[in-house]
Amino acid sequence: MDQILSLAATNLLSPIILSFALGVAASLARSDLNIPEAVAKGMSIYLLFAIGFKGGVSVADHGIDGTLAASLLAGIVLSAALPIVAFGLLQVMGNLSRLDAAAVAAHYGSISIVTFVAATSVLDSSGIASEGYMVAVAAAMEAPAILSALWLISRGGDSRRMDPELMREILLNGSIVLLVGSFFIGWITGNEGLAKIEAFIVSPFQGVLCLFLLDMGLVAGRGLRGGSGVLKPGVLTFGVVMPLVGATFGCIVGLLLGVSTGGVALFMVLSASASYIAVPAAMRVALPEANPSIYLTLSLGVTFPFNLTLGIPIYVAVASALTGG
Amino acid sequence: MQTHKAKRVAIIIEQVMQSRLTDAMEKAGVTGWTVLPVLGGSGDSGTWSREGQVSRGTGMVQVLCVIKPERLDGLLDAAFAVVERHIGIVTVSDCEVLRAERF
Repeated sequence: MDQILSLAATNLLSPIILSFALGVAASLARSDLNIPEAVAKGMSIYLLFAIGFKGGVSVADHGIDGTLAASLLAGIVLSAALPIVAFGLLQVMGNLSRLDAAAVAAHYGSISIVTFVAATSVLDSSGIASEGYMVAVAAAMEAPAILSALWLISRGGDSRRMDPELMREILLNGSIVLLVGSFFIGWITGNEGLAKIEAFIVSPFQGVLCLFLLDMGLVAGRGLRGGSGVLKPGVLTFGVVMPLVGATFGCIVGLLLGVSTGGVALFMVLSASASYIAVPAAMRVALPEANPSIYLTLSLGVTFPFNLTLGIPIYVAVASALTGG
Repeated sequence: MQTHKAKRVAIIIEQVMQSRLTDAMEKAGVTGWTVLPVLGGSGDSGTWSREGQVSRGTGMVQVLCVIKPERLDGLLDAAFAVVERHIGIVTVSDCEVLRAERF
């Protein structure tokens, strides 16, 4: 418990979390502070490239072991199974329509890459190593949840087919292409490649992450301001309970696979996080009748801040305690 | 100067549906259109602003096209098949153009 509190305190007072808090506070206070859209997009491209590249270099450095394929498969299964758990929880906790519940559930099976990036940053600063291929696991967990949500809807007699164009858009969305592409570039070029661009992708990383999270704070604050009325107490509670449930599944999977302490923590983070980029776009195409205010406010305004401030320290501390790391 | 009657169709729709809409318009024989970004607005779903959107799933665009009056029904049928289940607005207005052969 002391370890969790200590890690939480360190995390809460880190520049990245304080930047996020500044963004939320500025937004709630209706400040005109704003990060231009193109700058935010540029920063997200930088962060995805850097995290993918460094993951690839780590794999090149340490080599591949048998757990890579198993981890990828486990990630896909987790992403497909978590929406079913979330859907069940929502039936009990929230009074949502079947459509809204399925749309929300899809978000909780998929992942938040920003939460993943923040978690790797916390692990790095704590000196906890993790498997470089977890970047690929993150990419693999983006899409299966969407198929699960459509399956949940079709079980209720409302047949929704995944059109091939939507499938292509999900599998080839910019974040996945950049993450996987930079992972392979890092893997192919290894430490030699890293040495050439280290000054660009290592040193400025924390600073860019701070500014990006400032923007995410502004967005989350606006979401909370605009969507605060649409979330009933049961659904709000789900936004905090579901990450802990997902993290428990991720922890079990990580322990069964025998990955490192950092690997278990990242499995927990990926399972606990909720998408707010890829899945909302897919839901607008596949389930346009579902209310976006509910799933966006929940994933971006409730679960994302929870994971960023309290969730990540809890997951890292639990992973450390269970693996003896 | 000689002008010719035409129809101006403006469709405000979610950005994620843009390519589906323009594909359907092309299939209906409409090959010219303009896409404009939408900064924000208010409607049945509440107020909305482009500022602070992290997902293109929640952004909106306006697709504008000018066509000959006799092609309007075909365009509206094709567009409606795409936008029917989605939020947005379809408006049709009369306009005049200088070079009729372009539409």
